[in-house]
Amino acid sequence: MFEIVSKEMLTPAICRMKVRAPRLAQSALPGQFLIIRPDEHGERIPLTVSDYDREQGTVTIVTQKIGASTSEICSFGEGDSFSDVVGPLGMPSDFTGMTRGELSGQRYIFIAGGVGTAPVYPQVKYLHGMGVPVDVIIGAKNSGLLIYKDEMASVCDHLYICTDDGSEGFHGMVTGLFEKLVLEDGNSYTRAVAIGPMIMMKFASLSAKKLGIPVTVSLNTLMVDGTGMCGACRVTVGGKTRFACVEGPEFDGYEVDFDEAMRRQGMYRTQEHDAEERYEHECKIGRGR
Amino acid sequence: MANRIPRVPVREQDPVTRASNFDEVCYGYNEKEALLEASRCLHCKNPRCVSACPVNVSIPEFIAHVAAGDFAGASAVIARDSSLPAVCGRVCPQETQCEGSCILGVKGEPVAIGKLERFVADWNMANGSQGAVKAPSNGYKVAVVGSGPSGLACASDLAKMGYEVTVFEALHKAGGVLEYGIPEFRLPKEKVVAAEIGSVKALGVKIETDVVVGRTVTVDSLLDNEGFSAVFVGSGAGLPRFMGIPGENLNGVFSANEFLTRNNLMKAYRDDYMTPVYTGHRVVVVGGGNVAMDAARTALRLGAETTIVYRRTEKELPARREEVHHAMEEGITFSMLTNPVEILGDEKGWVRGIRCIRMELGEPDGSGRRSPVPVPGSEFEIEADSVIMALGTSPNPLIARTTHGLETDRRGCIVADGDGVTSRPGVFAGGDAVTGAATVILAMGAGRKAAAAIDRYIKGL
Repeated sequence: MFEIVSKEMLTPAICRMKVRAPRLAQSALPGQFLIIRPDEHGERIPLTVSDYDREQGTVTIVTQKIGASTSEICSFGEGDSFSDVVGPLGMPSDFTGMTRGELSGQRYIFIAGGVGTAPVYPQVKYLHGMGVPVDVIIGAKNSGLLIYKDEMASVCDHLYICTDDGSEGFHGMVTGLFEKLVLEDGNSYTRAVAIGPMIMMKFASLSAKKLGIPVTVSLNTLMVDGTGMCGACRVTVGGKTRFACVEGPEFDGYEVDFDEAMRRQGMYRTQEHDAEERYEHECKIGRGR
Repeated sequence: MANRIPRVPVREQDPVTRASNFDEVCYGYNEKEALLEASRCLHCKNPRCVSACPVNVSIPEFIAHVAAGDFAGASAVIARDSSLPAVCGRVCPQETQCEGSCILGVKGEPVAIGKLERFVADWNMANGSQGAVKAPSNGYKVAVVGSGPSGLACASDLAKMGYEVTVFEALHKAGGVLEYGIPEFRLPKEKVVAAEIGSVKALGVKIETDVVVGRTVTVDSLLDNEGFSAVFVGSGAGLPRFMGIPGENLNGVFSANEFLTRNNLMKAYRDDYMTPVYTGHRVVVVGGGNVAMDAARTALRLGAETTIVYRRTEKELPARREEVHHAMEEGITFSMLTNPVEILGDEKGWVRGIRCIRMELGEPDGSGRRSPVPVPGSEFEIEADSVIMALGTSPNPLIARTTHGLETDRRGCIVADGDGVTSRPGVFAGGDAVTGAATVILAMGAGRKAAAAIDRYIKGL
């Protein structure tokens, strides 16, 4: 069992939890993910590692209620325990294998969308610790849905905010702000990293390509085991089928077939919808948590 | 000497009824049937069945106990060589092993060794002494990677010798392929798998789930930092193969691993579990092994019309004969000498069918089987909502990549000799991780041999 040592709601629909998982915390690196199975009847849910503390033996996860299973995760409280937390899974971000020397002269821009902002944090923190200049764009639908502003500000050089409705920061999409930073404000970057909804990563990759900046994306595909066994996570990258769970989750954004990836992500939409209705119903009649 | 008693048939669930439930198909023998079947054994002086068994169970000896009504005695005989008899009695390919070598089979039907083994194991679980004796510790720790058949067999033998064994399992449940791969209707999870794992634990074996060796920890760290004297790698053959034909990434195309894991490990077929599964109305399963049969029969039970396509003929199907027979009885369509060339999608990217080509058997290949060759111009389409690829697996590279000095072959299998000895001192391996996809019993045999080799290694022999 894996105890939740702290829990807070970042927005009404997004929660942050610190979970005790000493072996996982010991080995986790930026870019990797873990899988949670809340209880015996739950799904195995992949979530990107949002932070880790090797001394305390904890990992941080940030979850947005988007369906029955993520709602179930968020329904757990401090002191409760998940049945299973396994990881770290997937490959760490490429830069974790680079020396200070190799990283000198690099300048990163991170493009974070919605709940995808959380997994950007450990990457920015890591690079900041290595002395690499990093700018971050956080985008959300509106001001109330922005997360990780303070945490990010403390580890990056420049933090830029944008909202779809203009309620805070730049009025528009992250891609608009990204292009503005480069084309109008004269910033130059050696690499962009985009993490967020699949559609955002698609357009961020197109912008990066237009600007001639290499771009890394982190694909949140369907998964069952997360160790390469099931192949549910397969994506086409550069015309080849790759398993996001063992070869990813990070890939070259220029090469990813996002349209296929989005289509595959929706494979169980009908069943997920039914499950959500069932979950809500069970909660109302008091069977759920 | 002719044997006058015909082989005692085993009672099974009616094919029509079982096609829509996940209860076990085969009921097994009752005492009366077991006594009668056991009386058929000729007790050959030179029992060929024993040498044909990968773990060399003393078959005539246990059958003699059954015939005498001493089921506890029979169980004790089997337990000397097999840690998972209730599993093996159900899933071993007996027709190519023990029963295939039975002298009675020359002119008639061989003794139903598998069914007798299962009877003894089930009887023991219901009536036997559960108090497996923990051996006094010899102070050495051994790590076992993977809780499938090879890992469990290796762990049991080592525990009986007094080693402190910890098994690391990547999934949330112990059992490996017994848990995620083989369906409930063939191998009940609570009654059989959990019970047999329980008896392995009763020997003092610790099982730590949710540990992916190669990610959460490494073989190196187990040896260098956690005080293990040796490591046995029984990580199985993980990565599903696809054909490399167009349309394989359409929605509705699954590996058999995914489809079966959702159903078996994650219990998608039950309403009280949250994991979804998709079959649609018509399912095509590609492949001819046990995994293909399991996937097809699972899809059928979920309500789909199911067809198996296989590029050779029925005679070459690598699946156990009993599984093929059961699948046919249940109403699965077999399209033999058929090979997919493309999976067809609709405008939304979902499977709508599969284009296949007829095959004919040509010259024998390296394996001695006649290789199928396409018949020009014979392409045709089968309508389908989903396609399940059951084409075998290749080893997961995670452990080889993260263990210093561990040699692998061209296919990515860990190189190990007949005793499981690898290129890295202190690291042993066996089962599918070494051989590529094979059977439960071969994996168990490899696990047992490695246990003996680990014992010799640690004692410096």
